Amino acid sequence: MLKVLQMEKPTADAARIADQAVLKSLLSDIALSRDKSAFEALFVRFGPRVKGMMIKSGASNDVAEDLVQEVMLTIWRKASLYAPERGNVSTWIFTIARNARIDRLRRQPVQAYVDVDTVSLVCDAPNAETAVMGRQNAEIVRAAMDTLPAEQRDVIDLAFIQFMPQSEIAKTLELPIGTVKSRVRLAYKKLKQNLEELR
Amino acid sequence: MSIHHHLDDASLVRYASGDLDAAFAIVVASHLAMCGKCREAVRLAEAMGGVCLTETPEADLSQGAFMRLSQRIDAELDKDQAQPGEQQTSEAVASADVPLPLSHLIGGSLDDLAWRHVVPGVQRYRIDMADTQSSLYLLKIGSGRTMPEHGHGGTEMTLILRGSYSDVIGKFDRGDIADLDEHVEHQPVVDSTGPCICLVATEEPTRFKGIVGRLMQPLVGI
Ligand SMILES: [Zn+2]
Repeated sequence: MLKVLQMEKPTADAARIADQAVLKSLLSDIALSRDKSAFEALFVRFGPRVKGMMIKSGASNDVAEDLVQEVMLTIWRKASLYAPERGNVSTWIFTIARNARIDRLRRQPVQAYVDVDTVSLVCDAPNAETAVMGRQNAEIVRAAMDTLPAEQRDVIDLAFIQFMPQSEIAKTLELPIGTVKSRVRLAYKKLKQNLEELR
Repeated sequence: MSIHHHLDDASLVRYASGDLDAAFAIVVASHLAMCGKCREAVRLAEAMGGVCLTETPEADLSQGAFMRLSQRIDAELDKDQAQPGEQQTSEAVASADVPLPLSHLIGGSLDDLAWRHVVPGVQRYRIDMADTQSSLYLLKIGSGRTMPEHGHGGTEMTLILRGSYSDVIGKFDRGDIADLDEHVEHQPVVDSTGPCICLVATEEPTRFKGIVGRLMQPLVGI
């Protein structure tokens, strides 16, 4: 029994890391050989979650469905631009979903985000350190988020799952905007500390 | 280039979650284009989004969703084969002065703009944007000039593109960003030999104090 308990956490982590490797190889199959079965696997995995996010952020069923198509199409087109050392696959897909939503729901050009990606690709040449960071990031961020106090985690979830503006979060939770901001800062700081401890 | 003033963590998270309106997104993106440290910091904030995505409850997709996607992809594959080598790559041509996200709005030169005098020593170039409640503009302030002290009606961000200024917070050089909360009061003095040019996004009209302030009002009049 004790043995099982001790095994549990490392096994869950190991499974997640192995899973990340699978996701990365799916993406590289899409990039290198335009592999549609790899693409379908990614679609099955992320399509329903992207739709879930869009609906939570206020999109109608039709718009959410449409955004899933847009997001997946972008993944197909840009698979070769994915840089593993800069973050894991779900982070990359999150940014694509965020951009698609800005483009559609806010009727606001997403060019600024695209430009930053372009600059990153040109300037942030991956080195050994960022490669290691990229691999570790996802698990450290997840672990750090799991330890956040509920009041901070709630704010992060509203911001990232529902794409709720900080001003709306303040209204929803009946808090001053300054309190929302300081919870966001504390949550972010926790992540940064956990990451720096490993350097 | 060494940058000393960076984005506030709360702003990094706002950028990462898509919560900045167009004017502020341009200022933040322009700083990111100049600052590797903040680019890395944004990636960390985006990683929170990645974790959230994997924990979002799934919503059922409609029947045939993958089939429709698959057909669009097939159509693209056919087109790719019909026109080989027509790969479009985005050209990262930003000039020395103008960071890429800004260059899409004003071109590559800060000197060829139709600057307008607002008060002696201060010129403004307003950047029109759709879909924003905020205003975005460039200011060119002469060497040795002081901007009148003002309280902020809302959030304000200022990115230095040329020259430098100092205020109670410190010295701001090219690439530095002043990411200020509403209650901060400051009085920048341009201390570079040439003029200081900065990109400013403001949420609400800035309230200048006193008679000079009233004269300055057109400067930020939305
Ligand atoms: Zn910075």
